[in-house]
Amino acid sequence: MKLNKILLMGNPNVGKSAIFSRLTGAKVIISNYPGTTVEFTQGRMKVGEETPMVIDVPGTYTLEPTCKAEEVAVEMLKEGDLVINVVDATNLERNLYLTLQLLERDIPVIIALNMWDDTKHKGIDIDVKRLEEFLKVPVVPTCGLSGEGIHTLIDRLPEANAPKFKFSSDKERWETIGKIVSSVQKITHRHHSFLENIEDLSVKPLTGIPIALGVIYLTFWIIRFLGEGLIKLLFDPIFENFWLPLMNKLSITLSENNFLHTILIGNLVNGKIEFGKSLGVLTTGLYVPLAMVLPYIFSFYLLLGIWEDFGYLPRLAVLVDNFMHHIGLHGYAIVSFILGLGCNVPGALAIRLLEGRREKFIAATLMAIAVPCMAQIAMIIGLLGARGGRYVLFIFTLLFLLLIIKGIILNKFLKGTSPELLLEIPPYRIPQMKALLKKLWMRLFSFLHEAVPLVLLGIIFINLLYALKIIDFLAQFFSPILTGLWGLPKEAISALLIGFLRKDVAVGMLSPLNLTTKQLIIGSTILAVYYPCIATFLVLMRELGIKDTLKSTMIMLITALSIGMVLNFFLP
Amino acid sequence: MLKDLTQMSAGETGVIKELLGGRGFVKRIESLGIREGKRIKKISSQFFRGPQTIEIDNSQFAIGFGMAKKIIVEVDETK
Repeated sequence: MKLNKILLMGNPNVGKSAIFSRLTGAKVIISNYPGTTVEFTQGRMKVGEETPMVIDVPGTYTLEPTCKAEEVAVEMLKEGDLVINVVDATNLERNLYLTLQLLERDIPVIIALNMWDDTKHKGIDIDVKRLEEFLKVPVVPTCGLSGEGIHTLIDRLPEANAPKFKFSSDKERWETIGKIVSSVQKITHRHHSFLENIEDLSVKPLTGIPIALGVIYLTFWIIRFLGEGLIKLLFDPIFENFWLPLMNKLSITLSENNFLHTILIGNLVNGKIEFGKSLGVLTTGLYVPLAMVLPYIFSFYLLLGIWEDFGYLPRLAVLVDNFMHHIGLHGYAIVSFILGLGCNVPGALAIRLLEGRREKFIAATLMAIAVPCMAQIAMIIGLLGARGGRYVLFIFTLLFLLLIIKGIILNKFLKGTSPELLLEIPPYRIPQMKALLKKLWMRLFSFLHEAVPLVLLGIIFINLLYALKIIDFLAQFFSPILTGLWGLPKEAISALLIGFLRKDVAVGMLSPLNLTTKQLIIGSTILAVYYPCIATFLVLMRELGIKDTLKSTMIMLITALSIGMVLNFFLP
Repeated sequence: MLKDLTQMSAGETGVIKELLGGRGFVKRIESLGIREGKRIKKISSQFFRGPQTIEIDNSQFAIGFGMAKKIIVEVDETK
């Protein structure tokens, strides 16, 4: 048998990505909530002499898809040569439904009976041999996170086959499953574990809501504590003590006012390099992403990773479901918003978890307007926080109000209603340090690898525009809006321009303008609202289509225009 | 006693008797393992007609209020 494409398929949150990562060595994001993988990921593995492609397919409960992520899964099936069906051993019955559907198809299947380690303490005993006899395909107990059973799985790949079962109805499928389960599985009754008691407490409203508020407060407190601490104790000293002397030397060597100096070092402020204001590639270009943003990205993703792996996100979704219906969404859209707080790109990808076009449109628009990414938040904290924490709090409150108001308006005026929540809630799991650090590193790496070059490019770009006098022209042209409506200096156009590329540098561009606190609040708010960065925009185009993306963009621009005016008028 | 899912109180158990609603709904909810004859336990319900949380076998699900109304359960007698 020639193997080109191996598909990893199974219900959501059964550990497909963990097995994928074991098989291919590829680095993928693994979390404890359904829908972590919304896009298929591929990598190569070694089977003897061959190196077939392995595809980590988004989870699905059935081959009759109910949302976009599931559609992707079913489409993939047409192209595969072999399916590794990942089954959650602690949920055999439910998982076997998809298994039977797969076994009806003309494609060889092998089963990875995953989360095998969990069966023991859950009091579940499965007779693997008998299960194999029933299903007529190999069944291999595995544990994706520890790697147990993966070798056996690879060794037995050639045994995979397609029994091509025939069922006339769902009823027959479920009856067969019932027969199989009752003969291969024994469950011993046992008492609720400590974690299970906490599970119940966190979805009962009387205890769950206080827990949620505590979790959110604590999370933001720790993010700020860690972020600020890292900047003060680590990154600032490094830049001041090691990088600044080097840059000073370079500045003297190049001599001021020459073009290379402007690009690399930037402008001197009172004869000195200021990392926040000079706007050179080697000064501001490195300082903003590394010393101002990275510490916050690090702390955010550390905390997010813990909650993801623990399994808290779906419970939060249940608690906020009611509120979310008022803004035209259901509870699970909170996952988009939370991921969006890290970076709007994964946030925009996660709108695939939502069912309809209306929901996707609302979720995308609200996220782009009211959910600033961590890079932008870090810069706002850095600049505005220096003038007083209450101003930062003001911006967040304002954005939250915008989220509610825009949501209510969209919910009122768009035809249709928000669909209801239907969500599997995974058990709590104690996060594993190794997996946690690996995920954190992947996210930091992708920031360093994708964001930092864009920041540098942005700085070069803006310097070129200045040199070519294009900034002056645009500043003049837009001054009626910038100065007339928003009360900002017309030079703020440079921040708006760079904001298309990166929001962190954009906020940073406000720094050399010596704005008043009021102007800084207006500028930061407009930068948050007016347009997502280019990377997010491209994802939105793909997920929403051009028409809806343009509509959404119009809403953002109008919102930015009006919120700037309102703030300019009402703020003292 | 027959109750729909929203009428059950937290901690009550029973057996699913019937799924009302259209074919699409029934198929979707059945693929999750929520179907006739299954033992079910109510875990919680959120305020203001919010989602209902239930447990079947080893899985927990959150189900919107309107959908939960369509799940009819024969509730166990409590002593």
